[in-house]
Amino acid sequence: MSQDTLFDKVWDLHKVSSLPGGSDQIFIGLHLIHEVTSPQAFGALKDKKLKVKFPDRTVATVDHIVPTDNQSRPFKDNLAEQMIETLEKNCLEHNIRFFNIGSGNQGIVHVVAPELGLTQPGMTIACGDSHTSTHGAFGSIAFGIGTSQVRDVLATQTLAMNKLKVRQIWCDNKLSKGVYAKDLVLHIINKLGVKAGAGFAYEFAGPAIHELSMEERMTICNMSIEGGARCGYINPDAKTFSYIKNKLYAPKNEHWDRALRWWESLKSDENSIYDDVIKLDASKVEPTVTWGITPGQSISINQQIPLLDELSPNDKLVAEEAYEYMSFKPGQLIKDTPVDVCFIGSCTNGRISDLRVAAKVLKGKKVSKNVKAFAVPGSEKVATEAKQEGLDQIFKDSGFQWREPGCSMCLAMNSDKLIGNQVSASSSNRNFKGRQGSPSGRTLLMSPAMVAAAAINGKVSDVREFIN
Amino acid sequence: MKSDFTPPIGKISNINGQCISLIGNDIDTDRIIPARFLKCVNFDSLGESVFEDDRKTLKGKHPFDLEENKNASILVVNSNFGCGSSREHAPQALMRWGIKAIIGESFADIFYSNCIAIGIPCFTLPKKSIEEIQNYCNNQSLLLEIDLKNSLAKSKDLNLNLEIKESSKKMFLSGEWDATATLLEKSFLVERKYKELPYIKFI
Repeated sequence: MSQDTLFDKVWDLHKVSSLPGGSDQIFIGLHLIHEVTSPQAFGALKDKKLKVKFPDRTVATVDHIVPTDNQSRPFKDNLAEQMIETLEKNCLEHNIRFFNIGSGNQGIVHVVAPELGLTQPGMTIACGDSHTSTHGAFGSIAFGIGTSQVRDVLATQTLAMNKLKVRQIWCDNKLSKGVYAKDLVLHIINKLGVKAGAGFAYEFAGPAIHELSMEERMTICNMSIEGGARCGYINPDAKTFSYIKNKLYAPKNEHWDRALRWWESLKSDENSIYDDVIKLDASKVEPTVTWGITPGQSISINQQIPLLDELSPNDKLVAEEAYEYMSFKPGQLIKDTPVDVCFIGSCTNGRISDLRVAAKVLKGKKVSKNVKAFAVPGSEKVATEAKQEGLDQIFKDSGFQWREPGCSMCLAMNSDKLIGNQVSASSSNRNFKGRQGSPSGRTLLMSPAMVAAAAINGKVSDVREFIN
Repeated sequence: MKSDFTPPIGKISNINGQCISLIGNDIDTDRIIPARFLKCVNFDSLGESVFEDDRKTLKGKHPFDLEENKNASILVVNSNFGCGSSREHAPQALMRWGIKAIIGESFADIFYSNCIAIGIPCFTLPKKSIEEIQNYCNNQSLLLEIDLKNSLAKSKDLNLNLEIKESSKKMFLSGEWDATATLLEKSFLVERKYKELPYIKFI
């Protein structure tokens, strides 16, 4: 059992009681809600005649269902309009802070909370969304929950949970040029598998991790869940503190000094004990692309789609399903695969640094005429910043559509969807069957820079050929 | 979808029913319930849309469409079932279709805790045993009686030693899987914790 890791420290601090069944009652320091997984939870509160225990610990925004072309109200989609109205009503009734469209602070919940300084080291953070692991980039313990658990957090500010084991993933050296956090996390998931993280929190550590910016760290922690770990985190350091400083909800004045002293004490001890340790060399990672129907089915840009015989017995069943669904032949190169749609956005890669990297590739170039390309900033703040830097113009000049913030085609709950068996090059997090809105749509996950390169060439390309 | 759906309440100790086998590893929650069906403010009509896209693709041959499975209530799956999104809509859709328990090789963490939270026990068995059950189901109807207290499942031909986390088992047997009431009991400790935590004052 792990000892003296950041996970142990934060867990112990938030433990309220031991429950009769053997699980722990854990206090949730920050609860984030959105329109999709909260309405039934508020409904249950009403049925049980319960109130929100600490309304100041819950923060809401709207992201999954918002249209990205025209956000004027009422939304064209009646069901989407009903969902945002329900959230507005629930927040008002229960006195919950809500960052609505036009507030200047709306956006994808996992982009918004960090940029407002709500996400801080040492907190427990829960949200009815599996990519809540994103917030672990700040040294918080953050995980996705379902709607019944959203109800429990609203009513009690606590959850019944079993403590997770801790696996350290130590990344040596540093990423090479043209290789990004997305490539590293896809590589990690490929090496460990999509279910290896079940029952674990992942601690990402080592020189390659601490070299990363906060936004890149968020990309890594965001995809922990794709490796099966509902929680992933990175020990906080000077970069973490400097990112938080002066944000809207960051501690101020004497609180800042106190916070800093506490945050510095949180990191895993040098002699802490892990349930498992994995080491890998980040300098060996190359631009990585998924070829299949799970985020673990990825290869380097110059590799061939694996042959059935090259796979472990446990991976063969899903590989066969993937060849068929994706219409790929084993042994085929992934490079030069034609793409129909290019999507840059999502809680994985919809932040300002992602847009900057993609814009750098796109500058002075044109999107292939066979490709529909669109960029969806992760939040209103990201959109504003991008406009101030002129990034929106670079995207538009290249032929990209520039959209309003939201989750968009990461999960296609709005009208941004693939059609038929279109192939998308996507900076999002999931390549599941049907994920991007068409039951036969095909998704290739990659870094935003790689999506930009694919958009220009109309086919999967090596972004390193663009940046040298 | 069963028209007489009533959600489970209180202690859960025995589940008797017919098994339905669904073969495949890494079946994610987007497949169990595609995102377009999440545009709702209650779970009521999810049962009819469970596995919608997979079922359409298989044109009536999906296990959830086969006539002989229409009264099944124990789902038998392979590895990493329920991976991906945290949407509780996935187990809610299964439950509203008629599923009361799941036996599998392994489950994704969030899906597993969602199942506990709505009263669906999930049991594990080794790969080989799961495949044997799935083969059996493909040839004939398998009626299982699950005794949660002793983690046993039996039919006329089979006796299975199911595995389930001790804490999950206790929650089902005591009714504490519906956690709100239990969590509310320690309200004074929660309030003390709120006051103690260093960062509450920061914001």
